[in-house]
Amino acid sequence: MADLKTAAYVCGGCGIAERLDTGQLALIAEREGKMNLVRRHPFLCSAEGVAQIQGDIDAEGVTHVAIAACSRRAKTEAFQFPAVAVSRANLREGVIWVRPANDEAREATQEMAGDYVRMACAELKNMKLPSGHAETGRNRRVLVVGGGVSGMTAALEAARAGYAALIVEKGAALGGWASKLHRRTPFREPFHDPVDTGVAGLIEAIEAEPRIKVHLNTTLTQTGGAPGRFSVRLTNASGVSWVEDAGAIVQATGFTPYDASRLTEFSYGSSPNIVDQAGLEELARAAGGRALRRPSDGGSVKKVVFVQCAGQRDDSGRHLPFCSGHCCGTSIKQAMYFKDADPAVNTVVIYTDLRTPGSGEDFYRSAQAKGVTFTKGTVTGVEANDRQCRVSFRDLILAEDAVIADADIVVLATGQVPNSGVDIEQPERQDANGVQPISILNLSYRQGKDLPQLRHGFSDSHFICFPYETRRTGIYTAGPVRRPMDIAQATEDATGAALKAIQAIENAQLGRAAHPRSGDLSYPIVRLEGCTQCKRCTVECPFGAIDEDERTYPVFNESRCRRCGTCMGACPVRVISFENYSVDTVGAQIKAVEIPDESEAKPRILVLACENDAYPALDMAAMQRRDYSAFVRVIPVRCLGSVNAIWVTDALNGGWDGIMLMGCKHGDDYQCHFVKGSELASVRMSKIDDTLKQLALESERVATYEVAITDLARVPQLIDDYIKVIERIGLSPMKGFA
Amino acid sequence: MGAPNELNLAALAKYSNDFLREVEANVEEGEWVKMCMQCGVCAGSCPFGPDWEHSPQKIFMMIRAGKRQEVLTSDSMWMCTSCYNCVVRCPRKLPITQIMHGLATYAHRLGLAPKMQPTYQWSLQFWDNCTRTGRVNELKLTLGLYFKEGFVAGVKKAWALRGIGFGLLRAKRLNPFELIRGHECKDKAGIHRMLKKAQEIEARRLKIPQFKTEG
Ligand code: SF4
Ligand code: SF4
Ligand code: SF4
Repeated sequence: MADLKTAAYVCGGCGIAERLDTGQLALIAEREGKMNLVRRHPFLCSAEGVAQIQGDIDAEGVTHVAIAACSRRAKTEAFQFPAVAVSRANLREGVIWVRPANDEAREATQEMAGDYVRMACAELKNMKLPSGHAETGRNRRVLVVGGGVSGMTAALEAARAGYAALIVEKGAALGGWASKLHRRTPFREPFHDPVDTGVAGLIEAIEAEPRIKVHLNTTLTQTGGAPGRFSVRLTNASGVSWVEDAGAIVQATGFTPYDASRLTEFSYGSSPNIVDQAGLEELARAAGGRALRRPSDGGSVKKVVFVQCAGQRDDSGRHLPFCSGHCCGTSIKQAMYFKDADPAVNTVVIYTDLRTPGSGEDFYRSAQAKGVTFTKGTVTGVEANDRQCRVSFRDLILAEDAVIADADIVVLATGQVPNSGVDIEQPERQDANGVQPISILNLSYRQGKDLPQLRHGFSDSHFICFPYETRRTGIYTAGPVRRPMDIAQATEDATGAALKAIQAIENAQLGRAAHPRSGDLSYPIVRLEGCTQCKRCTVECPFGAIDEDERTYPVFNESRCRRCGTCMGACPVRVISFENYSVDTVGAQIKAVEIPDESEAKPRILVLACENDAYPALDMAAMQRRDYSAFVRVIPVRCLGSVNAIWVTDALNGGWDGIMLMGCKHGDDYQCHFVKGSELASVRMSKIDDTLKQLALESERVATYEVAITDLARVPQLIDDYIKVIERIGLSPMKGFA
Repeated sequence: MGAPNELNLAALAKYSNDFLREVEANVEEGEWVKMCMQCGVCAGSCPFGPDWEHSPQKIFMMIRAGKRQEVLTSDSMWMCTSCYNCVVRCPRKLPITQIMHGLATYAHRLGLAPKMQPTYQWSLQFWDNCTRTGRVNELKLTLGLYFKEGFVAGVKKAWALRGIGFGLLRAKRLNPFELIRGHECKDKAGIHRMLKKAQEIEARRLKIPQFKTEG
């Protein structure tokens, strides 16, 4: 390449020069790394050091910079040279901070540093400065699916931030579930009494907001495109159909109450005096602030029993296994409907654990002060005669079976079933209410019509690390479709989702990645001539970014891509790459390491570490000066899903003695930033045994680990334990063949 | 019979607030009972916890469950030693110790307190001893306690503790003549009038005719 001018800089600061022979490292960069320009600096991240690099870029026309100093995660601001490709050799966290400072260790430590310099040079020469893809959609409107509190809030928040919004509501009016409530639980000081739902105010605000358009009685009949250029076909109740464009989508489709008639043990349906929470709201609305009457005969109410967790937190497999979160607060509120109208009414809430997160605790206290009785127990049955109901339960405090025989109304606190459309993995599967769901988004994506689900039908998002995210870039969920929640939480959720939608719009417009590599300009480039149409990439992409054309060739939608590299790891013919991260950038590093011959008894262990968790864990172990073996060479990878089997084969063929793959936890409680990457990697690696057999190698030579970012104490131990394994099975017989 | 004893006869439906309301009206700090959140911290904190039939937590739940007879005849609240451990720890800040004594007093007032409960007996004896003369006669109080369970038991107990008795005698902390006459306060009649007045006020407040002073 004619316009490639490489430069390597070896820093001596932070104790590097005292611990390592930087002269020798510079020589490696020059002789083996073949860098056009090599410089040493005592303090590279200083203004002066940075100016020297910038000077070389400006004056010498340097296009590629290898920095041998600290971890690529450190000094990112100082070493930011947007006009050139940059690779980093981790001499500080990767070498001197994890090695003892004594003469005995010196040689192995220096070898370690030398290899990292070789690797940085090899990587650099295979890198290109990412240019950003051209497929930049410029639509800036947020389409909101669902006109309940979550949907209206998302639309309003987007509008107030200056973005147009379009609400598509299947029903005839805005308001959703909240509009069916008499009052809502308080969300402000002093948290003492039920308050107005606020729905009317929200609707008014929507109507007054010129940036928001609303389509009622309308559904999405087809959704295609990508962030910045979604194209959504809408169809209304009279069958009229048209297309709207959007930059991002917020799905706020809410929940359906768990069908109480499935609770045969509680005789729901046998008497109008047994209601679910929604049924009680209806009665309260009908009463309009006056005392509620007994539904069966309009008689006065003296005792009301609330059955918490009705058909929830159920481990029998018949009902919902989870807690819907809002129902304790809702029952407290509903007990107050009675107490506030007539303090003489007895209200008994039977709970196993009263869950009132946050300021719900104040509301709980307020109910106690009003005389609502809370009883810890499990209800075993409810029966009804014409007028009254009989509730049998186990009182868990008094440890006895008890009966309340004279309840006028029994309220069942049932849970939330998310309205999440079809389960793309099992499209025939019924939801928890036994209903066959119909698609909500009708995505024209290769992987299915709706958002991937995680558990119990809720859409997939990491509830701590990245809420609102889904596995469809530019489409965010908010409210009870994401996880069970109450109005206050849904409001906050919708605000968050609106902001995510705005980010997606802005990133798409600039051709940049969204979370978690947000701002990344690289994108997968496929050499279609080599593609064998095996479809692995289109099936495995955790984000459904890749569609297929009529000839089943992959069609990449760059704006939908998160840059995890899973497709690159999956591709058997290795035609997928990124400009700055490819089969070659890593492959060249594997080949650049000096493999000592057998007589030296120095094993070489390749560690492919996820850049989101395992690599930071290693860095943090270094900050705490936790030593580990000098025989490992660590290469950060975007995701374990991006590990291509060829790297493993190449390393084994090249005489490496073992390979450690460090990725995130997978499964239902996954930690993987790319959701499915580490899981796919572990599936692929379970098949690596064949390769090992072909090479007549022990299965221990490739080991996969789940490492969390907090594992800083564990990672060095894993490394040292693995070295022992290699010592036990002996060095690789493959040395010297490459 | 006054209002509370009428309630005694009322058929109390389970898990109704009737007994809770009665407690709120008649028991010192009784209005706190409804605020207990059943965490069980008091039960775990009480040094006598294992010896009670019902922990404070359970007593509060029983009140809310309408178990009037069981609560008022229980000996549990008589077991409280006023160490205040529970009060210090209760996350809901219930004055548990006061409620325990309040319940005990109320049970006594209604004549429902367990007759043979030692703390109960001791309390009656103490009250009687100190109100009779306006002073506590320690010798009579102690001997009364020794001989509570009969003559032989009393002699045995006195014999077992004779060392302490003689020690006190030598140190002039014990005067055997107190047994015959005993000191009285200067204005015994005045003390009695004061107590009577206090009882009247209390009875008026609680709408009961008379404070019982004997078991
Ligand atoms: S697998 Fe990852 S890198 Fe490849 S297209 Fe999908 S999101 Fe992008
Ligand atoms: S510690 Fe307080 S709140 Fe907890 S059970 Fe005891 S009285 Fe109730
Ligand atoms: S004050 Fe009474 S009830 Fe409370 S911990 Fe002490 S002995 Fe137990």
